Amino acid sequence: MKNPNEMTVTAAKYVKAVGPDGPSSSNSHLICTIDDVKCGVPLDTGNKHYQAVLKWVEAGNTIEAAS
Amino acid sequence: MSQINVDAIRSANGTGDAISLTAASNTCTANITNNLSNRNLIINGAMTVAQTRGSSTTGTGIKILDRWNCYASSGSWAWTSTQDTDSPDGFSNSFKIDVTTAHTPAAAEYFSLQQRIEACDLQHLLNGSAGAKKLTLSFWVKSPKTGNHAVALYKPDNTARVQTKTYSVSAANTWEKKTITYDGDTAGGGITNDNGTGLQIDFHLAVGSDYTSTDSTSWINYADAGWAYGHAVNITDNTANNFYLTGVQLETGDFGSDYCHENYGQTFRKCCRYFYAFRPAGSFWRDGYSDGNIYIPGYVWFPVQMRTNPTDVMIGTMTHGNNESGGDALAEAPYTKQDYAYSYVRGNSSGRTYSYWNTYVDGVGFTFSAEL
Repeated sequence: MKNPNEMTVTAAKYVKAVGPDGPSSSNSHLICTIDDVKCGVPLDTGNKHYQAVLKWVEAGNTIEAAS
Repeated sequence: MSQINVDAIRSANGTGDAISLTAASNTCTANITNNLSNRNLIINGAMTVAQTRGSSTTGTGIKILDRWNCYASSGSWAWTSTQDTDSPDGFSNSFKIDVTTAHTPAAAEYFSLQQRIEACDLQHLLNGSAGAKKLTLSFWVKSPKTGNHAVALYKPDNTARVQTKTYSVSAANTWEKKTITYDGDTAGGGITNDNGTGLQIDFHLAVGSDYTSTDSTSWINYADAGWAYGHAVNITDNTANNFYLTGVQLETGDFGSDYCHENYGQTFRKCCRYFYAFRPAGSFWRDGYSDGNIYIPGYVWFPVQMRTNPTDVMIGTMTHGNNESGGDALAEAPYTKQDYAYSYVRGNSSGRTYSYWNTYVDGVGFTFSAEL
């Protein structure tokens, strides 16, 4: 079925986890701009925004590394 | 003491038994049409919960009423979606679509009002097996058009399948109750027991000719040409047009029972599995002491476990007092789990460290989306 609700991803950047003891070395989620809205996106394949980011990557785009 | 010994009870003019009795188990099966609970597969069918508030203009995927979604192809569609108080007796609200630009769909264009139902809540339908159960859809509609409107049931798992039925509106701009029964689907591989979409229901509003040429009044493998078979009206052909829907109920069986009214809290909690708008009572979200090594947490606990780890969006602007330079502006995008969201902030120097919405008005906060 066609999916006209596909989202437009324009930016995605990894964020490293920060816990009570400070930052860790692993990525925990993404900061993205999707449909002109800045949002936090979990690295969860069941999440439709993350699915949209994965499609965006498949199209040749790159997720920016965490600062 | 007396008793009635019968095997069934049927109306004098009926064509089927209203109550069937089973001797072996001393039980009965009754086609009761009122006061049954927890049978509606649709969430927010009475259109009472609208966490996003306000209205939406011409946006697909934007939730004005929880769980409902306007679903439109590209094209020069323009409409405003709102929660409205125009409703039939017994209901307080409806979903209103106000057409703001007249549009005739091209062949490949379409516009529908949709709800997706989570697969794990549909396993009792026995979809894809010989015992697949029928589903009956009932609803109240107020359409600007008379004639046949189509409603599609779409199943995406395994082999994608669709069945489309129509209802006829007799009088324009008048509330009418409609009931449609769908067959059980014995083919197609069934609905996978997971947290994805199990069924999708589309109230078609306007469709192009690409979607109406294949008979899908029985279940077929999905084809675009069958998605809106029988749909014969264009809701969007005039800016004077308003379309309203409420009292939507989808239940197993081949008859529609009275709408299963819920209190607001019940419906709200069901909606929160897919979307939650956290609106703080004050401007502060977190507040504590940091000496440069202490991280101050902020949490949002969800009312119910969400479908997946949700996407979050901050509404309003948050300021971090004594925040480490360039550091945990991560507060703008908390980490999310299915049950809660959190993030930490650390002080740039020893002292009070806090985060707050610097312009506190009703509506600021976070939204969390785990929509299908």
